[in-house]
Order: sequence, then C-alpha cells, then structure tokens
Amino acid sequence: MGILEVKNVGKRFGGLQALGDVNLSIAENSVHAIIGPNGAGKSTLLNCLVGKLIPDTGSVLFDGQSVLGRKPYEINQMGISRVFQTPEIFGDLTVMENMMIPCFAKRDGSFGLNAMTNMLNDRDIVNRAEHMLEEMNMVDKRHMHSASLSRGDKRRLEIGMCLSQEPRLLLLDEPTAGMARADTNNTIDLLKQIKDERDITIAIIEHDMHVVFSLAERITVLAQGTPLVEDTPDNIKGHPKVREAYLGETQAA
Amino acid sequence: MDQIILQFLNGLDKGSAYALIALGLTLIFGTLGVVNFAHGALFMIGAFCAVTLQRILTLSTIVEDPTKTDFLGNPAKISTPYVESWFGPEVGATLIDWSVPLAILFAIPIMVAIGFIMERGLIKHFYKRPHADQILVTFGLAIVLQEVIKAFYGANPIPTGAPEAFRGSFDFGVLIGFDPNAIIYPYWRMVYFAFAAVIIGAVFAFLQFTTFGMVVRAGMADRETVGLLGINIDRRFTIMFGIAAAVAGLAGVMYAPINSPNYHMGMDFLVLSFVVVVVGGMGSLPGAVLAGFLLGILEAFASMNEVKAIVPGIDQIIIYVVAIIIILARPRGLMGRRGVMEE
Amino acid sequence: MLGLTKKDFTLFMVVLAMVALAPFILNPFPQGSSLAQMFNAGYPDLMQRFVIFGILVIGFNILFGLTGYLSFGHAAFLGVGSYSAVWMFKLLGMNVIPGILLSMVVAGIFALAIGYVSLRRSGIYFSILTLAFAQMSYNLAYSVLGNPTSNFNLTNGETGLQLLLTDPRVLGQSTTADGSLPVTNFFGIAMRDSYELRLGDWLFTFNAGYYLCGIIMLISFYISIRIFRSPFGMMLRAVKSNQQRMNYTGLNTKPYTLAAFVISGIYAGLAGGLLSSMDPLAGAERMHWTASGEIVIMAILGGVGTLIGPILGAGFNEYFKNILSKINDGVLHQWLGFLPDGVEDFLVTIIHPFVGKGWHLTLGLLFMVVIIFLPGGLVEGGKRLGRMIFGNPKRSTAEAEADAAEQRNTAAE
Repeated sequence: MGILEVKNVGKRFGGLQALGDVNLSIAENSVHAIIGPNGAGKSTLLNCLVGKLIPDTGSVLFDGQSVLGRKPYEINQMGISRVFQTPEIFGDLTVMENMMIPCFAKRDGSFGLNAMTNMLNDRDIVNRAEHMLEEMNMVDKRHMHSASLSRGDKRRLEIGMCLSQEPRLLLLDEPTAGMARADTNNTIDLLKQIKDERDITIAIIEHDMHVVFSLAERITVLAQGTPLVEDTPDNIKGHPKVREAYLGETQAA
Repeated sequence: MDQIILQFLNGLDKGSAYALIALGLTLIFGTLGVVNFAHGALFMIGAFCAVTLQRILTLSTIVEDPTKTDFLGNPAKISTPYVESWFGPEVGATLIDWSVPLAILFAIPIMVAIGFIMERGLIKHFYKRPHADQILVTFGLAIVLQEVIKAFYGANPIPTGAPEAFRGSFDFGVLIGFDPNAIIYPYWRMVYFAFAAVIIGAVFAFLQFTTFGMVVRAGMADRETVGLLGINIDRRFTIMFGIAAAVAGLAGVMYAPINSPNYHMGMDFLVLSFVVVVVGGMGSLPGAVLAGFLLGILEAFASMNEVKAIVPGIDQIIIYVVAIIIILARPRGLMGRRGVMEE
Repeated sequence: MLGLTKKDFTLFMVVLAMVALAPFILNPFPQGSSLAQMFNAGYPDLMQRFVIFGILVIGFNILFGLTGYLSFGHAAFLGVGSYSAVWMFKLLGMNVIPGILLSMVVAGIFALAIGYVSLRRSGIYFSILTLAFAQMSYNLAYSVLGNPTSNFNLTNGETGLQLLLTDPRVLGQSTTADGSLPVTNFFGIAMRDSYELRLGDWLFTFNAGYYLCGIIMLISFYISIRIFRSPFGMMLRAVKSNQQRMNYTGLNTKPYTLAAFVISGIYAGLAGGLLSSMDPLAGAERMHWTASGEIVIMAILGGVGTLIGPILGAGFNEYFKNILSKINDGVLHQWLGFLPDGVEDFLVTIIHPFVGKGWHLTLGLLFMVVIIFLPGGLVEGGKRLGRMIFGNPKRSTAEAEADAAEQRNTAAE
C-alpha cells in the first residue's frame, strides 16, 4: 500500500479520452517519476491528484483517504504540496513574506482571522521562515520583491515554500522546464538534497530525461492516457515499448 | 391573455435597448478584453445626436412681418427655420418632422469617430494594465462625457418627438381577435423593435459572413493564435470598437422619442446592461441579445398591477433578483463559455 | 508604540495632530475676508465630512487596496448604516452610540450576504455584481421599502427617513419641553455644540460632533494599520498577488476575501451611522451607484493600498468639491477683473463649465488624469515630487518598493 493510490482513474474532455484507466501506486519516501510524450495525460493526471480536476471514474487515495471532490486547499492541508511548471509565487510580496505564508498555513490551517498582531512579532513563524530561507540559500534576498528574482531563484523559493509546509508528498510539474543547464543542475542537486535529508515522497512529472534518471527510483511511462509500463530507471531505459512510445519524441537517454 | 401580450410587447422596446447596449459591451469585451464603463455614455451621446440634429434643423431666421403686429403693436417677429426657407416650407417641415430617423445618418459617422478616438486615444493604452484600471478609466471617461453633455444641454430632459406619422398607437388587439383598445401599442415602439432587430441581424450577419467578421470571431475565441497567424488583429479591433460605439449610438438615437434624452440616461442603462451581459454570459453575443430581451420582458411583466399586488415593488428589483439567482445557479450565465474571465 | 513600528507610529501621530488641529489648519484666512469665503473649510459640517469619508475610504481600501477586489457598491453599506442609525434615534433615543453600533452591525450583516454571493466571482464579474447589488438596494430604499402609505415603510422613499415628533424614543423623549425635536448627543453632549475661539480676526470653531467623528476615525485608522501589518493583511495581499498559489498552499481564499469585504462594509456602515448622527436624516441618494463611484474616486485619488492615501483622497475630494462648487461667474469676474474685458469674458466662458455646478467635470477629468499618469494617487505624486526636489532622481521604483517592503518587514516595538 503506497502513500498515494490511483485506481482506475479515467477522465474525458468532450470527445477526447485524456486518461484511460490509470492505476498507479507511489511508495512512501520514494521518488517516483511520471514520464510520457506530449499529450500523454501527465498534466491531467496531476490535476486530478490536487483537486483541480475531478476524474470521471476511479479513485485517488492519499494515505488511505480519498482526495476526490476536495478543494485544492483541503488536499494541500492533507499533506500534498505542488510545484508548478512556471513558478507560482506571490510576486508582489517579498521573499520573506512568501516564505511566511505557508508557515502560517501549516500552523493556523486554511483560514485565520489574525488581524491584530504584527506578523513579525510572531517569532515562531519568523524563525521557521528564516530557517527555510537559510536552507534555500536565500537569506540575503529576503527583502527583495519575489517578482524580481531570477527564474532559478523563483523555483528555489517555490520549492522552499512547499517544503516549509512539511508535506508528505511533493508533486513537481516539470520543475526544470525552460531552465538553463546550470539552473537545471542546481535544481537537481536541491531535489537530491531534499530527498536525502527528509522523510518525503516526491512525485515528479518531467520531460527532461536527464532530470528523471538523476532522481527517480521508479518510473511510470504514460502514453495516450494509460500507463504503458512501470519499472526501475535501469529497466525503463532498455524497454522496447518505451522506445516505441518515444520514437520521434525524445530518445530515452 | 390580452394583458400578457401587452406586457410582452411592452418589454420588447426596453429589451431592444438592453440588447443593443449589451451587444456592444460584449463585442468590446470579447475583442479587446475591456469592460467599457463608458458604453452607456455612448448610448446617451447617440440620443443627443438626435437632439442636436433637431436643433440644427430648427435653426431659424427671424424676420419681421409687417402685415401683422403683436399685442404691443410692434411688427410680429416670425421665425422660419432655414431648411424651410431653403427647401420650401413643405419639404423643410418634413425634414424637421423626420429629424430622429434622419439623425441615424448623422449619428453613424459621429459615433464611429468617437469610438475610434476613444480606442486609439485612451483605451489602447490600457490593454496591458489591470482590469481594475480599465474599469476605472472608462468610468472616469463616462463621468466626463456626461458632464460635458450636461454643460452643453443642461440637466433637464429634452423632449424629442418621433415623426408625426409614428406618433399614434396601433390597436394590436384587433389584429389578433381581441376587443378594440385591449392591446394598444405605440407605433414608434414597434419601429424601435424592428430597428433593433435589423441592427442585431446586421451585426450577426457581418460577423458570420464576412472575412473580417470571421477574423474577429476567431480573435474573440483565441486572440493569441490569431495574432500568430500574422493577421493585424489590433486594427480590426479598433474598427470593431467603432462599430460597437455606433450600435450603442443608434440605439440611443432611436430611443430619444421613447425617453426624453437626459445626461444621466447612459449611466442608468449601463448598470442594467451590465446585468444583462452577466446574465447572458460574459463574452457571448447571442447570450447578450437573449438576456436583453428576456430581462426587458420580465421587467414589463413585473410592472403589471396584478403582479405588484402580490409582491409590491417587484418591478424595481426583478432584474437584479433574477440576475442573482442565475449567477448562483449558473455562474457562467445563460450562454457563457468556459474560461472567459476566469483567472 | 501601541504595537506599531516607529514609522507607523509617527504616521499615526501626524494624522492625530491633523485631526486635532483641523479647525486651525482649515481656517487659515481671517473671518469675513474673500479668501476665507472661498478657501476656509473649518466649518463643522465640512470637517465632519472630511473625517467621516476618511473612515469610509479607509475601509474601502482594506478591501480594494489589499485584495484588489474592486467593489462598485460600497455606498449601499453607507446607506444601510445611515438608515439604521436614524431608526435607532427614532425608536430608542438620541444618544448616538446605539445608532452607530447598530449601523455597524446591520451593515456587517448586509455585507456578509452581498459578499457571499458576489465573491463567488472575481475580477470584472465581482465589480459588476456589487454594482448590481448596490443599485438594487437603492431601488429598494427609494421605492419598494419606502412607500409612505404602506405599513412597512423602512426608508420613507424619496423624502428620506427623518425624525418626527411622534417617534417613540423609549429611552429618551419624543419631543423636548419646547415642543421641538431633540438633538443627537453623546451622553448629553449635543453633536451640534461648538466652542468658538476668536483670535483677532480669526474665528475657529471646535465642534463636538467633529471631534467624536475624529476620534472614531483615529480608532479606525489605527485598526487599519494593525490589519495592514498583520498576518491577515499579508494573506489579503497574497490573494491579490496569486490566488492559485494561495489555494495550493492550503489557504482558503474565500473566507479571507469575505472577511475583508465584511470589515470594509462595517467601516462603511460606521461612516453612514456617523453621517446620520451628525444630521439625523437618511436618503436613498446616499446608496446610488454614483455615490459608490465617488468612493472609488476618493480611494484612487489618495493612493490605493497605502495607509494614508484614503484619508488624503477623502479630504482632497471633499475640499475641492467644496471650493469648486463655490466658484460662480461672479467670483470668476472678480478674480479676472484685472484683465481686459474681452479676455476676461472669454476666460470666464472657458472656465465656467468646470466650476460651480460643473465641479463633477473637473473631478472626473482629474480622476482620469490620475489613473492614466499617476496610478498611485496623491501618495505617489508626493513621493515623486519629494524625489524631484530632494532625492536622487535615479532611484528606481524597485528600490522604493524594496524600502517599503523593508519597512513592512520590520518588527513592531
């Protein structure tokens, strides 16, 4: 029994069967990659996990509890954090404020009418946020507007924000898309470090095979809305079906 | 039964006005992505085009008539409109009498020009600004336009009559087998409805059957992609803005005999037209027209004495109540598409 | 101090000093002089409007400035507050406190209901929905609930709700000993009582009602500073910045925006209650959507999202409205009398549409200019001016923002 159990999930948009019959089990404290060519249904699947979409059929269990029909914020409070393809951060706010918000969300829940205290007098939250900024190597940027950060720093900040919630499952949607090589490698190192230092399950959707094979412990290949094969990275590399699915796309490295 | 038909007819002319304004609002919103709070002001300016033309046509020379004297014994002053002295009394009088329909010709170039100037001079600079700024700047413009009109024409409504031929009422009931005088409907309102139907039809035909319209429709659906095809969408959208301004203006011209133009009539209609747009579904042209007529007719029914006896004052709020119910039940409106204004 | 940072505390003290000394500041010219007639504003009713509209816009700014939700229907809450307070004076007694409290409670409930529906949508939809609600409330107040012949006449329609000699006033008196209407008071201090101080040619008026409103405005202002600096305030700014991230950070945006909406509705109700406390008469025109538009204008003129902006915007709007509407052709001729007659007449004709009854036009133009060129309002204008005169012109907005952020992120003492 994995921490995330996807059973017989199907999703149809009009005439398009985006997800066929997806079964997926992600083991606790593993790094699980989901790969597949464009239009394979990776993003649809991810959106079904976080509450953005509700699948037509099947079930999604997180730690034994169904997530279906719950709002994204409820699912997040259950312990699933999501990193977006283009970093979603609070651009008008400073880096420090960005980091404090998930700390509040973790401690006070989905809503708190905490209108009369000065947020910077909340030592508990400030310490947590500062600690996480240190871990992300961003202390010197704490007063910067986060919109003016570089792409790589925005990504770091977003991952830091997710981690400060101490999620049990971290979902990454193409975390290195559109990044320069150096930033990509930095991100890989950061994710490796996270995986080594924490009790956390990571599910990653990725195009870049370099990233996938550097991180993943298990890989699911999705094609045309159904899982083609699931195996360890070494076995996936030589799998004929995978090569077939990727023909003309990306040669499996 | 006759009451129901009567109210249905009564709803048509107001519904026509709502539909025409909402149509323009939706065109602008769909193409430019801007909510135009000054759209009501365009309607109002249209109505004042009718007033202006009437005033121009009745500009008069004053001549002393030596054969008659007034009560003080001075020669009587007779004012003769220029048009009457130029074209002869009969043609001149006819021109003055028909000033409202004639104002359509007068209003089209004016409204299109105002639309172009508005879009190129002001709204263009707000495409990349937040929606709130767009709302605010057009709201400011609406205030300015209505105050300018007020400065020129004063605060009081200006009666502007329909041509003599359309002033009476038509006994509609007799036509379909009811007693005489059961269903009386003013001619001009029938003209207004017919006019609105023609304009709406023309706009839809234009969008449906011309290449220009096809590009605009494609642009409404997906602006970026059309832009990528190398089609200069911006210029077309400017023209679309001019057309929308003209539609609002013509709606105003023809409404002048129904409701004497005053400087705040635009704002009054604007609020309801927004409700119409929301009920119809943001960005849906058929939705705007449908909701316009629906709400106009609903309002007419709510103002029946029988209805008011059950729920006093319902005619004042029915549109809002219906709008709220629809928003709660169908947040996208009657014919709204997914993904419009949902960030 | 008071749980504020040093800078915020200084700002608060400046506002406090301005409120306390307003009768002096607003009456710079000796009584009876022509300049005084035009530019003095230290009259009780005008000063009351300054602070009352200050409260209203401070509240509006909590919603629009922090969350970015542009409400076009805030006048509805002002109107509801006004009616509630007058009803309290009719039924209970002439002490203003119950009236003010009721106006806040009723406006809060009203805001909860309207906000619950309107906040199902965001952006333009939200603006239009609030506009529709406000206009519906106006129609209700103007005709539906205000039919003088019906048993359920809540608002007295066109005439407006006013005190009558026959009102019960269970805790007070229906009529005074001399048979007139009692006046509104704060535990015995009549709101219209004034102390007049004569210094040479100058006359300064200290009005009880003004000071009550002033104190309430200071409290409102203080609360708004606290909200701006609180975690709640940060969440509201986060809503404005990125709702998607909010949702995926486990935060439910709905109650945050609703709370902000209700708080700003309560502020507006309070302002309405105070208007009625100063002059116990409530009319539907206070709820008309152009009144809502004026609130937006005041907020923009001052500077949205800033602390002091709303107060500046409200003061500026009321002050210039007052001056502009006083300028008529006679005044213009007097001012321009030194010019040759032809030029004088020409200039008077040009200026005429912009002053007197045409003040709306001037404010409308000013509003457009501010939106187009100075989206930060007077506050940003002041900053730019300061930079031009004293500062380093190369200083970028990014640095200024960083400064503001640092200021925000400094812990209170």
